[in-house]
Amino acid sequence: MIPELGHLALILALLLAVAQAAFPLAGSLSGNRPWMTMARPLAYGQLVFIAIAFLALVEAFLTSDFSVLYVAQHSNSLLPGIYKISAVWGGHEGSLLLWALMMAGWGAAVALFSRNLPLPVVARVIGVMGLVAIGFLLFMLLTSNPFERLFPVPPEGRDLNPLLQDPGLAIHPPMLYMGYVGFSVAFAFAIAALIGGKLDAAWARWSRPWTTVAWVFLTIGIALGSWWAYYELGWGGWWFWDPVENASLMPWLVGTALIHSLAVTEKRAAFKSWTVLLAISAFSLSLLGTFLVRSGVLTSVHAFATDPERGLFILIFLCIVIGGSLALYAWRAPDVSEGGRFDLVSRESALILNNLIFVAFTVLVLFGTLAPLIYEAFNLGKISVGFPWFNKMFVALAPFLALILGIGPAARWKRDEPWRLTKMLWLAFALSIGVLVLSSLPASSGNDFWVPIGIALAAWLLFSHLTILRERLKHKKRPTWEALKADFSGNGRSFYGMVVAHLGVAVFIVGVTMVSNHQLEKDLRMSPGDSHEMAGYRFEFLGAQKVNGPNYRADEGHFRVYRGDRQIADLHPQKRSYLGGGMPMTEAAIDAGFFRDIYVSLGEAVGDGDWALRLYYKPYVRWIWLGAALMALGGAIAVTDRRYRTARVHSSAPVPADGVRA
Amino acid sequence: MKARQKRLIFVGLALVGVAGATSLALSALQSNISYFFSPTQVMASEHPTDAVFRVGGLVVADTLERQPDGLTVHFEVTDNAAVVPVSYTGILPDLFSEGQGVVAKGRIGTDGVFYAEEVLAKHDESYMPPEVADTLQTAHVDGVVEQTTASMPAGSKTQ
Repeated sequence: MIPELGHLALILALLLAVAQAAFPLAGSLSGNRPWMTMARPLAYGQLVFIAIAFLALVEAFLTSDFSVLYVAQHSNSLLPGIYKISAVWGGHEGSLLLWALMMAGWGAAVALFSRNLPLPVVARVIGVMGLVAIGFLLFMLLTSNPFERLFPVPPEGRDLNPLLQDPGLAIHPPMLYMGYVGFSVAFAFAIAALIGGKLDAAWARWSRPWTTVAWVFLTIGIALGSWWAYYELGWGGWWFWDPVENASLMPWLVGTALIHSLAVTEKRAAFKSWTVLLAISAFSLSLLGTFLVRSGVLTSVHAFATDPERGLFILIFLCIVIGGSLALYAWRAPDVSEGGRFDLVSRESALILNNLIFVAFTVLVLFGTLAPLIYEAFNLGKISVGFPWFNKMFVALAPFLALILGIGPAARWKRDEPWRLTKMLWLAFALSIGVLVLSSLPASSGNDFWVPIGIALAAWLLFSHLTILRERLKHKKRPTWEALKADFSGNGRSFYGMVVAHLGVAVFIVGVTMVSNHQLEKDLRMSPGDSHEMAGYRFEFLGAQKVNGPNYRADEGHFRVYRGDRQIADLHPQKRSYLGGGMPMTEAAIDAGFFRDIYVSLGEAVGDGDWALRLYYKPYVRWIWLGAALMALGGAIAVTDRRYRTARVHSSAPVPADGVRA
Repeated sequence: MKARQKRLIFVGLALVGVAGATSLALSALQSNISYFFSPTQVMASEHPTDAVFRVGGLVVADTLERQPDGLTVHFEVTDNAAVVPVSYTGILPDLFSEGQGVVAKGRIGTDGVFYAEEVLAKHDESYMPPEVADTLQTAHVDGVVEQTTASMPAGSKTQ
């Protein structure tokens, strides 16, 4: 009964979405105020009904109702309770429902936190979100109904893919989807502005916090996914340039360009059409990512069991969204007034370069991801693009980005003097050159070319941002620390958010450089009692024994790791076999550290108690995720900036009727 | 500087950047792609001899042999029309097993053995790499595909 209730709630949510798209939009165009005021209640209603559907599915999982096909495919009565909940989004249908839930959540949040916005803008934004919701709900109801029944009812479910039975992956998809779906808000703001024909600094200020929040979630989601892949897949990699990873990276790259371009639009009223285009692209790339993942057109390690019908639906949806919004753009954008002028040496120029590099990188990733399809379409053979290509592209672009990143925030808006910039940054630059020389000394880097460059670029980011910070506090007539505190709790949140995020980039660069160039990896066969030396650590294998988990059986190896004579870690990697599906899985054992990880994963038993296994030494690998966390933290700090809140002070008064036609 | 000149400079810079990036990207791509060949194509010597390529199919039952060093394995891959012997040194992926789809990346030796640098199996056991599924169909042996699908518990497409 409850699954049918959930299904019904979905259908009602679709009807509400139709109303949500129709009335507020029509009202905003015809100036019909009652229709526009329907936007907020409809957005809340949408959330309520999708939440009911979602809870119905959660209930089916918690009670192990295997008469629901989706539950039978992704759960098992032995599955631990917490994973019964995360199994809700462990497959295609449920993750779509989660997507719809978040979409409705964002819609309700816009309705709730938009009291300072003119009513027509709110009506349009919520209306556009309703249009997108129609697409997703139709998709779910027509091709991927999570409540479909199964008859005869199987006695036991097929179990959740063991790789997904993990805390990291329980929260990775929700974070990622929050980001993907969050860009729909930026998209809706852009489309609303195009419809209203009013692209101005106010529009940019409204969409900025939403975009940044979406970007923060996406950053966390990607970082969690990378971290999960690292410890769960047992091959010690943190990024594989897999199509699905690329699908999440592309919206992130464009989203990063977007938050920078929005800054220009807000402060200088420039780049307006470009910003709109980026907002459209970020969301379109989120949809494209969904298409790539769900349709199975690309070989991917992440692919769900796929279905061409679904792929076709998303492709059509994608064409409507991209085609429709670009048509609107082509129609409206020429009317957009030109923004503030600026000189060649200015912060705007630096941000243009930032945008160019991010967009170039997105295009490259898109091309590399789609290359197998392109080759096949032209009958050039079935290819796969190796990850060295993506790495090369990244390494070719990233240094320029890091160089500009040190200069941009130091430059003034509109026009700056090259001489002033030089005077300001020469010390930071000289120090970075010093770091470059020091880290090129043979003792510290081996013969590698990239390590000193990476370290020096990170140092450059650190020193230049310290310089920029000092410059900002120079004129405050207070001790530095107090000035910093006052500035932070005053009007400086955007600035400090930016500094934290940029330092995150520096930390990330160190992590990537060190782990890519100095990691060690060894496949070997070990007998109980054997020892192996690697990177100054001695790994002693004590043998393996059988252990039982709640829903799996495992062979568990026992290792002691010594540094010199001192034992520093006791590691227990496992090779599990899950009872539900019989699927084998490697559970690596990791001794995590700030400066290095030690990583052991079991391969196979090769007789006589011997095991084929793999040892890794991963220097600075944590810095990769630490850097991403800092970027996300920076975004979160920036969102709390006072100017996004002060506007709300005069908000409680109802919007005057003459504000209706924008 | 006039606005138009500035815009020209930016557009010029952008064009140069795009052109440069495109040519670099394409030339780098040529050395980093690997083509896929079915065992039938390999037996017909359609594969490159001087480049890394991928071969895929089903692992033939009872051909998996572990060599005395404990790390090297030999197995055979088939598209049900031809068979390629494969040698791989290292840890096999979790989902590698006889009768399952697999894609190996490497080169073929003068002895006709495919020396794999990398062996790929997938996250999801019901997933078949599209290239492998294609070759199996072209070899007109749909029976094998059906059989592997049928052996899955509560299959993904039971309706």
